[in-house]
Amino acid sequence: MGSMTQRNILRAYGDREGDGMVQMSFTLRILPGDRAREVAKRFAEAHGLREPLVTAMEQASREHTYFVVYGHSQHGVDTSDIEVEELAAQPLTRDQIEEQAKKLGRKIVVVGACTGSDAHTVGIDAILNYKGFAGEKGLESFKCIDAHNLGAQVENAELCEKAKALGADALLVSQVITQRNCHKENAAALVELATRQGFRDKVILLLGGPRIDHNLAVELGFDAGFGPGTKPITVASFLVERLVGRV
Amino acid sequence: MTTVPVEQEKVEACRAFAADIADDVQRFIDRHTTVGVERTVARAYGVVGADAEGTPLANALVDRIHKAGQVGRGVAYHLGRALCEGAASVQEAAEMLAFSEAADFGPGPSAAEARGAIEAATREAIARIDSARDEREANKAAHRVGTAPLKYVIVATGNIYDDAVQAKAAGFAGADIVAVIRATAQSLLDYVPEGPTTEGYGGTYATQENFRIIRRAADEATRDTGTYLAQTNYSSGLCMSEIAWMAAVERLDMLLNDAMYGILFRDINMQRTFIDQYFSRRIIARSGIVINTGEDNYLTTADAVEKAHTVLASQFINEAFARRAGLREELMGLGHAFEINPWLEDSLLFELAQAQLVRQIFDRHPIKWMPPTKFKTGDIFHSHVHDAMFNLVGITTGQSIALLGMFSEAVHTPLLMDRYLSLKSARYIFTAARHLGDEIQWKPGGIVESRAREVLDKAHALLREVERETLWDAIGRGAFGDVKRTRTGGKGYSGVVARHPEYLNPILEVLERSSS
Repeated sequence: MGSMTQRNILRAYGDREGDGMVQMSFTLRILPGDRAREVAKRFAEAHGLREPLVTAMEQASREHTYFVVYGHSQHGVDTSDIEVEELAAQPLTRDQIEEQAKKLGRKIVVVGACTGSDAHTVGIDAILNYKGFAGEKGLESFKCIDAHNLGAQVENAELCEKAKALGADALLVSQVITQRNCHKENAAALVELATRQGFRDKVILLLGGPRIDHNLAVELGFDAGFGPGTKPITVASFLVERLVGRV
Repeated sequence: MTTVPVEQEKVEACRAFAADIADDVQRFIDRHTTVGVERTVARAYGVVGADAEGTPLANALVDRIHKAGQVGRGVAYHLGRALCEGAASVQEAAEMLAFSEAADFGPGPSAAEARGAIEAATREAIARIDSARDEREANKAAHRVGTAPLKYVIVATGNIYDDAVQAKAAGFAGADIVAVIRATAQSLLDYVPEGPTTEGYGGTYATQENFRIIRRAADEATRDTGTYLAQTNYSSGLCMSEIAWMAAVERLDMLLNDAMYGILFRDINMQRTFIDQYFSRRIIARSGIVINTGEDNYLTTADAVEKAHTVLASQFINEAFARRAGLREELMGLGHAFEINPWLEDSLLFELAQAQLVRQIFDRHPIKWMPPTKFKTGDIFHSHVHDAMFNLVGITTGQSIALLGMFSEAVHTPLLMDRYLSLKSARYIFTAARHLGDEIQWKPGGIVESRAREVLDKAHALLREVERETLWDAIGRGAFGDVKRTRTGGKGYSGVVARHPEYLNPILEVLERSSS
């Protein structure tokens, strides 16, 4: 480990230390030719590539050309500046989750919805529904989880009612639409409502969506936040750890 | 031609089981209708438009009849009755029934009288399907049509005008078929949105106007390249049959349409789905559209080696349902997929065996071959290699429709460049290995032959079981895709209605009389 003051510059490594070799591929609305090749080179240079070499230039439509360019990236990154916490722990495996959850002696009840005016269920469906997303099965596929997807445009009051009726361990709120920060207001309103109704401390509140991250969710009063690319197993793992503890 | 041994008696037994399974459900279908079916009938009769909030008149009309408890007579009865009682047109009748206080859902004229009043409109509705079909067939006859495997690519920008640009680019790059992926969760909307749409998440809404926009772009690409560019969309979800009608009159070539997909993967009520799939397929059969079934999805939730036989069993069932809706084999694009864990030893041989088996059993069917998705990661370079193996199996086993894999699968909806490279790879492999399948024979008793035998045996056993317990209960215990659904659970159940003894649906009657 270097000291905090020592700079440690990383550059892309291709064939030799420090050569900065990278490739990029892209499409431009221009037809192939010498001029197009020059355009592609300039485009690469504008991205910081020195001595760009256009290795492919093929017409991909009536108006577009596809390019591959190699070049020496001039950029380096000082790693001593980077402050990112490594995730404390890897998510549990599916088997570990099922095994751990047995200690609870019952199923974990999860209720999810897109709240307010939001009609975009892609996120909540990906996390909750059996089919999940990109081959990652949703919470419904876990034996230890009883998942209820209330769908879209669910009002906070309705979500709270349903959560109480089902004896929910966790509420999953998805907010995709972000016009004028309505996602924040709506999410904060849920926390307030749950607090007023006296069950905030009895449930785990999770917030998800493309513009959500953990810090924002915590700031809004949730227990955790999940951004784009979150896998259902990560959520399942989080819930089991919260409710039962780690393996 | 490379073949795997197929026991013909076993295949016939599978078909017999599937026939019994479908007959049991068909008896139920024939005694019921749904709000979706009735909205389709209304649209076919020319009911158009939506209110300021976007609620289609077809919905307002059928919802009101449903509230009055009179859907079981059929929307045709109510429209015909309103015509008898003085409405000047079907549209006027629909507006009156949807909104007027004068609307009467009590005892009225006989079904025969209502039928007489709506007879001309029935003829017009059927003529619209027929003329669109004739126009499509003429257009195809005037151009080159691609050779199998047809190269099928998806566009999914969310904006229909960008979709049109991408569709034309795909045609230029060698695509035979272009599918506009629907906006996520449209299948759960109990209405079809109106007009052109420019915002959608994960895809673009299926609307009649959007169908027209892509048809226009595909026709332009066809004229431009000389090769016919076919158009596909989704006749699935709660508006399965309405979309089938729109696709039929807007000259679409193919539709994703499955007897069980919505039940399993969208949690749509099974009664609703069975009834809706029947009417949608009646329209599809008349229109000459090729259906694409969704068995590939089973392998994304269940293991592709362990559960390969569920795909085959489901194909027999989809075939049986399709037959009962008047589809001929040449319109049945039964689906299956290349979804085995690529890191499994000999996974390629298993894929070959399964693909070849399906090809041989359904020899007249335009089999739909789906690319890997489940084991795709953000490593686009490896993903491209994975798709190449899929292409190789597709050409070797003579699949009919190849939905080409995208190297950016699991990253984002395909960019123009992604589609270009995918088409280039398919062109290379389909050319380089064009007659590979004709030149090779599988080792007797080897891995490929044994695997094919095993899958057929297991499908046979599963079908025997499903026949004994009925399809309703088989789905209830998770026989397909490892997903369990109940008979009255899921979305859209409240839209299922028993037919009245005098149920009137003259359009369905015409469709049932015609064979495709």
